[in-house]
Amino acid sequence: MTRHILNASRISAGYGDTVILDGLDLDLLPGRITVIVGANACGKSTLLRVMSRLLKPRAGQVLLDGTSIHRIPSRRLAQVLGLLPQSPIAPEGITVADLVSRGRYPHQGLLSRWSARDDEAVAAALEVTHTFDLADRPVDELSGGQRQRVWIAMALAQETGLLLLDEPTTFLDINHQIEVLDLLTDLNRTRGTTIMMVLHDLNLAARYADHLVAMAGGRIHAAGPPEAILTEANIRAVFGLESRVITDPTSGRPIMLPIGRHRMI
Amino acid sequence: MPPMTARSLSALRRARVIERSNRVRLLALIAVLAGVAVISALSVAIGTREVGLSDILAAFAGRIENTDQAAVAARLPRTVLGLLAGAALGLAGAVMQGVTRNPLADPGILGVNMGASLAVVIGVAWFGIATAQAYIWTAILGAGVAAVFVYAIGSMGRGGATPLKLALAGAASSVAFAALVIAIVLPRNDIAGGIRLWQIGGIGGATFARTVEVVPVLIAGFVLCLLSARRLNALALGDDLAAGLGESVAFARAFAALGAVLLCGATTAICGPIGFLGLVVPHLCRLLVGVDHRWLLPFSALTGAGLLLGADVIGRIIARPAELDVGIVTAFVGAPFFIWVLRHQRVREL
Repeated sequence: MTRHILNASRISAGYGDTVILDGLDLDLLPGRITVIVGANACGKSTLLRVMSRLLKPRAGQVLLDGTSIHRIPSRRLAQVLGLLPQSPIAPEGITVADLVSRGRYPHQGLLSRWSARDDEAVAAALEVTHTFDLADRPVDELSGGQRQRVWIAMALAQETGLLLLDEPTTFLDINHQIEVLDLLTDLNRTRGTTIMMVLHDLNLAARYADHLVAMAGGRIHAAGPPEAILTEANIRAVFGLESRVITDPTSGRPIMLPIGRHRMI
Repeated sequence: MPPMTARSLSALRRARVIERSNRVRLLALIAVLAGVAVISALSVAIGTREVGLSDILAAFAGRIENTDQAAVAARLPRTVLGLLAGAALGLAGAVMQGVTRNPLADPGILGVNMGASLAVVIGVAWFGIATAQAYIWTAILGAGVAAVFVYAIGSMGRGGATPLKLALAGAASSVAFAALVIAIVLPRNDIAGGIRLWQIGGIGGATFARTVEVVPVLIAGFVLCLLSARRLNALALGDDLAAGLGESVAFARAFAALGAVLLCGATTAICGPIGFLGLVVPHLCRLLVGVDHRWLLPFSALTGAGLLLGADVIGRIIARPAELDVGIVTAFVGAPFFIWVLRHQRVREL
């Protein structure tokens, strides 16, 4: 898959009178996993919306391989850049196979028929996400973890070199969170997909990110490898929280332990 | 990447899943077509007057020599108009439910038909419109203005156009439009009779000459709506995901809604406001063929045609020797269905 380069330069954006992003720069590392973290209302999701063209920035631009994404025809963009929003809607009664097939939307025109190529993409997506045994089940009947795998399968069927996800692990049990993040890592390793996602859990973010971005007040506070970013000082600055950071004995990545006001030895 | 054998196996499985559901859909298609054919035959054969088969055949052949044959000859344009209006309302309902992602959307509930009525009444009362063409375009204008108005009101406040807010905005506007219609018509004895007849909603007075006038608009509406099927499939996943899949959400909405407004306006101009058909039909069709609009839309048109004509036939039988207008029959059937949808379906965004 061709590596595409997506970067944001001098982005300002907001809704109504509120300014949320204020002159922000971000380069996604091609073929790597970038994870955005930050406190509520720091502009994480807004940044993701701007990068995926759901929201037009007031100033600055988002460039895909050097071209402003607002100059690229929507369908062409959707063949390169995939998006999984926070709460997608599954039409009532739709089957897994049907939903995943809709990921082929940008690859089909009004007149082009469903092809063997489309079949192959859907089959591969079902396989990678271990959902093909669910293919003829209605999406409504699945568990939260299964459903999230199906949505990811849909995004995979779109076969984009870039994939943006807004909190793909929200509302999932810890085992399903790990399952989804492992799946995305597999995808990144085997297909070379460039991934950008917003995560809430700092430890999972540090564990799965190649490039960790900490946001505060509509700007990037710090960005780099997790070891350099998940520090006690940064956590204090971004979240206003005292914590201890130690090294995870399994992954070697940093993990943070929050310090509250109670239960101290 | 998994090995090729496993991939082709999986492709095969998927193909089988798709094939199976397509077979079900084809069977349903045949059943619905057969149903429409039977109802059409009944519509020609059954009326307030009982007519023998020989007279029916004679009327088909264009011979009108006695009252029975004349009665049958009058049922032919009525049948054609019933099929057209039913198809238009069924399709418009399915498109409106898709555009608003709202299981309660219906040209009647959203106030679109009543908006068309109000426009026609204003046109008749104050601007003296009289030709079929003037009726049609006035009704389409009214339907369009009402659709935009109701959607704007329903989208105000937090959370945007939720199903409940849209339905409430539509119902309230509908009542207001109806009240305005009465206010305009009451002091006008010269037009009251004609308006009241038209206002009930029926296909009784159909003639081929009047029906032909509305056909071009209906064709335009059918084409716009059916071309929206793919876009509606994308919209069904939510606006963000639809945009992520490369759809221009606002354009898709406007394109499909224009088609639905043309269908509703044209139908209301000729038949008066006929309610609930657009609500009932897409729900039935979703049970039959699922949520893929490429199947759902044509099915809604066919089923709508059959149901409206069926309701008309029932209206001719139960009130013999008089007859009940189809708008009354659909309201009797549709109102309980509306309550059923409210109680048994989760009223959420489709």
